[in-house]
Amino acid sequence: MRLRTSRSALPGFALTLGITLAWLSLIVVLPLALLVLRPWTLGVAGVWHSIAEPRVLAALRLSFGAAVLAAAVNVPFGLLVAWVMVRYRFPGRNLADSLIDMPLALPTAVAGIALTALFAPKGWIGMLLTPLGIKVAYTPLGILVALVFVGLPFVVRTLEPVLMDLPLEAEEVAATLGATRAQTLRRVVLPALMPALLAGFAAALARGIGEYGSVIFIAGNMPMISEIAPLLIVIRLEQLDYAGAAALALVMLLASFAILLLLNLLQWRMGRRAS
Amino acid sequence: MANRTAGRGIAVKVEAFELRKAFGRTVALDGVSLSVASGEFVALLGPSGSGKTSLLRVLAGLEFVDSGRIEIGGRSMDGVPARERSLGFVFQNYALFRHMTVARNVAFGLEVQPRRRRPPPRDIRARVRSLLDLMGIGDLAGRYPEQISGGQRQRVALARALAIQPGLLLLDEPFGALDAKVRKNLRIWLRDLHDRMGLTTIFVTHDQAEAMEMADRVAVLRAGRIEQVDSPDRLYASPANAFVHEFLGEAIRLECSVTQGRAHFDALSLTDIKTTCPAGPAIALIRPYEIGLLPGPGPVQVLSVHANGPLRRVRLALAGQALEVLLPEDSWSPTVGQSCALDLSRASIYSLASADTPRSPQALSKTATR
Repeated sequence: MRLRTSRSALPGFALTLGITLAWLSLIVVLPLALLVLRPWTLGVAGVWHSIAEPRVLAALRLSFGAAVLAAAVNVPFGLLVAWVMVRYRFPGRNLADSLIDMPLALPTAVAGIALTALFAPKGWIGMLLTPLGIKVAYTPLGILVALVFVGLPFVVRTLEPVLMDLPLEAEEVAATLGATRAQTLRRVVLPALMPALLAGFAAALARGIGEYGSVIFIAGNMPMISEIAPLLIVIRLEQLDYAGAAALALVMLLASFAILLLLNLLQWRMGRRAS
Repeated sequence: MANRTAGRGIAVKVEAFELRKAFGRTVALDGVSLSVASGEFVALLGPSGSGKTSLLRVLAGLEFVDSGRIEIGGRSMDGVPARERSLGFVFQNYALFRHMTVARNVAFGLEVQPRRRRPPPRDIRARVRSLLDLMGIGDLAGRYPEQISGGQRQRVALARALAIQPGLLLLDEPFGALDAKVRKNLRIWLRDLHDRMGLTTIFVTHDQAEAMEMADRVAVLRAGRIEQVDSPDRLYASPANAFVHEFLGEAIRLECSVTQGRAHFDALSLTDIKTTCPAGPAIALIRPYEIGLLPGPGPVQVLSVHANGPLRRVRLALAGQALEVLLPEDSWSPTVGQSCALDLSRASIYSLASADTPRSPQALSKTATR
């Protein structure tokens, strides 16, 4: 093994690595391993049967679809918020800054109840939307609203430090070279932000896929229409169908893992180009 | 053909009239007027905060003046944004686009041109290649800015600025981020480049040696004003005031007072000298090699004598103050401990009562109490 032969000036490598691995195994690997093993008590056909149910597929489609959509909405608006927070100084900026973290700090159930109250047909916003024929609460649109809400801080907080590092001179030099504002944004600013935008998208997406608390209040939870996959897992657990719940969880785990892996690969490719 | 004309623009004349610019309560430019002939190489020299970078940014259109007028190539720059001024600007930190290769960086200014003016991709590639060759970095085309050295980055930034064939090149502390040795070589190279390309170049520096060595003319700035614009020779030989005199090289500073056309050094018991300076408190500035040393009893005491090439470095004590003067090898040589008199006939006398000195007396005393 290389580890032992190459002595480093930094002490404690073996010990810290040992603790790290043990801790990771206990906290991450063990539960995941159980999750991977548990469903197969149903047999391969049983697992297939418990997942291929139309209600399950609809829930999975909704969970992933809404999460992707919400993350996609959060990227441009999160960029805008981060841009304003980093580039400008205005009264109330500190307040606005702490508000960005609210979706993170708030218990998700509280957020869900608040959003439901707001978007219900008699709520402040729902009241305005109902006459236009737009229903938010108790529909998939409500789920999107909740996921946009919880995902925003992930995009903003990922982008802020990168924006702060972005040298103003790069934009100024682009201007002296004859670039318009739009060209500068597209050719200079956005490419420099791309890895961070992807990272923010990935973080918001991961949060959205697993989000439960804020969604179930506003979703209405109608099977086939507005029922998310995490809720289905809870329902199966309540019916003591542990293997069925684990099977669904396993599918979510694999899909999430695949998506995040893809995003990380993309980011890695971009990062490698730049350095 | 492409090789010969790469980056070659038509040099333009630059004129600035009474520029004023304030950032909040700080005045960056306080009535600056400057005229730069086409093809000229002008340095803006001054201590930090003197407004030299502000002047450069205002010329580039990155900042707008509160009042005053700028003309580039005879055209008023009122309301003309940076991107329409077709000038090259090189930042101190080069501001290369990190996510683009060297070649893409250089091509940027050509690729963003409106379609009807944009050269075809093949011509862009050819021009980029010839510019990189001109800069001696042809082999770096495929690298990213983080993979090359500081000196190479500066050449890339220059190539990028020259790609749009500007008539005016503006450089902000072009050598500020480089180590001393690279700096020295680049000075000569840059001046040579300017001459070959037939550009008008204005560059900002706080290093007087750099300004004097490279520029046709040097504008010395202080506190948002131009104190003097002149050729390096003339600046050195006849500085307009005490600030310029002290900023452009070592000077010994002696306090005196002027009455009836003579400067008196009563406190130092030195012989008085003739001056045209108005009566009142004044200072005498004299470069170390302009002081003469005369044998015989006098107010100065020789502390040490060192041979230093063609000059002798002599340390003297005068009324509790130590001075260092440079004497030609063939002049009279004092011995340590000897008492002598000073010949101050080549000193310049500046009135402390005149309009320009009291504006920043701290700046003066700071350089004097070295």
